[in-house]
Amino acid sequence: MGRTLAEKVWDNHVVASPPGEPDLLYIDLHLVHEVTSPQAFDGLRLSGRTVRRPDLTLATEDHNVPTSDVDLPIADPVSRTQVETLRRNCAEFGVPLYSMGDPRQGVVHIIGPELGVTQPGMTIVCGDSHTSTHGAFGALAFGIGTSEVEHVLATQTLPQKRPDTMAVTIEGELAPGVTPKDVILAVIGRIGTGGGIGSIIEYRGPVIEAMSMEGRMTVCNMSIEAGARAGLVAPDRTTFDYLAGRPGAPPGPDWDRAVEDWSALATDPDARFDREVVINGSEISPHVTWGTNPSQVTPIAGNVPDPDSMDDPVAAESARRALEYMGLEAGTPITEVAVDTVFIGSCTNGRIEDLRQVAAVAQGRKVAPGVRTLVVPGSAQVKAQAEAEGLDSILRTAGFDWREPGCSMCLAMNPDKLQPGERCASTSNRNFEGRQGRGGRTHLVSPAVAAASAIAGHFAAPADL
Amino acid sequence: MLAVRIVSGTAVPLDRSDVDTDQIIPSDWLKKVERTGFEKGLFSEWRDDRDFVLNDERYTGANILVAGPNFGTGSSREHAVWAIQQYGFEAVISPRFADIFANNCTKNGLVPVVVDPEFGRALLDAVIADPGLVITIDVERGTVEVPALGMETTFPMEESTRTRFLEGLDDIALTLRHDEAIAGYEARRPSWLPETSRI
Ligand code: SF4
Repeated sequence: MGRTLAEKVWDNHVVASPPGEPDLLYIDLHLVHEVTSPQAFDGLRLSGRTVRRPDLTLATEDHNVPTSDVDLPIADPVSRTQVETLRRNCAEFGVPLYSMGDPRQGVVHIIGPELGVTQPGMTIVCGDSHTSTHGAFGALAFGIGTSEVEHVLATQTLPQKRPDTMAVTIEGELAPGVTPKDVILAVIGRIGTGGGIGSIIEYRGPVIEAMSMEGRMTVCNMSIEAGARAGLVAPDRTTFDYLAGRPGAPPGPDWDRAVEDWSALATDPDARFDREVVINGSEISPHVTWGTNPSQVTPIAGNVPDPDSMDDPVAAESARRALEYMGLEAGTPITEVAVDTVFIGSCTNGRIEDLRQVAAVAQGRKVAPGVRTLVVPGSAQVKAQAEAEGLDSILRTAGFDWREPGCSMCLAMNPDKLQPGERCASTSNRNFEGRQGRGGRTHLVSPAVAAASAIAGHFAAPADL
Repeated sequence: MLAVRIVSGTAVPLDRSDVDTDQIIPSDWLKKVERTGFEKGLFSEWRDDRDFVLNDERYTGANILVAGPNFGTGSSREHAVWAIQQYGFEAVISPRFADIFANNCTKNGLVPVVVDPEFGRALLDAVIADPGLVITIDVERGTVEVPALGMETTFPMEESTRTRFLEGLDDIALTLRHDEAIAGYEARRPSWLPETSRI
């Protein structure tokens, strides 16, 4: 029987299969950031171990970094200590690091792809659950905890239990104005936050094939919000074209051989998935979350749902709690809900294509009075590219606040936070209670809906303006 | 990690589904560079509410957390496991755990106990009704028992994970037994794979 893409990548990386134990997988790339690494480096020091392959390890500063005044020392002493600890650890163990202000610095899941070190068929890990983003290239990429970070630093391998495989096929064609973010929100709405637990999801079908790399990254990024171990897409011409010429891409003479290897990774026609879900792409419309987990989502033309009408008592109870936290009344049309803040950025939607979409909506328009906006490019390169294209001036003219790169209000570890009760249209990936600041109310949306909502002052799709 | 064979004691009922890691330990707590001192951060936003179950004195001293389905969703932060452990819990019972969270539990000796949804619901109700109820989890046999009520069930655990719990083994030392195989694999990797020191 044939094998799936995920199974091929897995098999290619098995170093040892001790009887009765999980497979020991080789790790091709280990991404590191300041939050989940300090205790791992401490562990190495305590046991007198070194980093086995600093040349397969890459560190960046992203979660804590401020998005203004980046030439000054970080004002928050605790954040500063964490970033300084990463610098000391990288220097001591010889790990390459892109610090604040470096032209290659950015959110860890944005810089891997843009530097071309994220490639098809690789195994990639990071102490961060959104590592699934890199699956867009046909890599097996998953998040790990700090103990596993230490394990990979010391051995460049990880014992892993083989996950199940799951296919999510998006048939048909997307309607105009529907974006990859809407696709993944619709998928999570359908399968739930636990729908992918224990599985690697392969996204396939015409809608995915037609998607840009940026779009595929947005989709794979949120696999973890459906509980999946990883998400991936078969590498194709779009993937190769994106990679060609990037600093980490295979050099001239090796390129053709690499493309040949990558092309052989696609799922065989006779391979079987443990589970399959099919969604009709033409039925997807722009989506907005109304609750406190990403499966609590509705088309923007819909209303806040009524928990009393839900069949599943657990879902109904969770919806009741969510509506209370979110300060929403059942039955309210989503487009009548006003926003206080709009956050555009994160490893879900902080890439150049996202900023182009935002600028296209903002062009010639103004942000509604009283709405706070933050546009935070995902990396220094995205920022430079956007500025070269003049997107920053379109956005500034429209009244958007243009910031320095980092995770920012995606998780509010830096000064960019929501106030209690503040309502935010956010292009990030988590609408958990307090995620963007204590008491803050997060609604996940696409960049286009975020931009239109900033201009309208309430949830809106660009077509509604 | 320390070996764990039996966890026995009273439990705190956390009757909510989809408890994510941002609730278990809010992101402000992730700025610490040490591995200790996270107990104060455990559910810190919910603990401001006087009615939150962790503030209920009847549950003081409990060492088992009984939760609803989909526990530990969200981020990979191991801090969530450290916080639960450092607060005094030795096991968490839920009908379903997020993968990374469950994995992180096993690296630290916090026992993730998966039970079927009906048993989970009945256990929550039992602990809500009687805060003094004693639960016993036997890692070696893979069982959860409530002797006072005659409740008993089994829970799944990979054999290799069970061995690590029972013997308190260090994963890195175990992997280093395969040092030769790792070096052999490295010698076979295509030369064009990216190196971060070269970009
Ligand atoms: S942008 Fe958000 S989700 Fe992505 S790595 Fe940063 S904090 Fe995590």
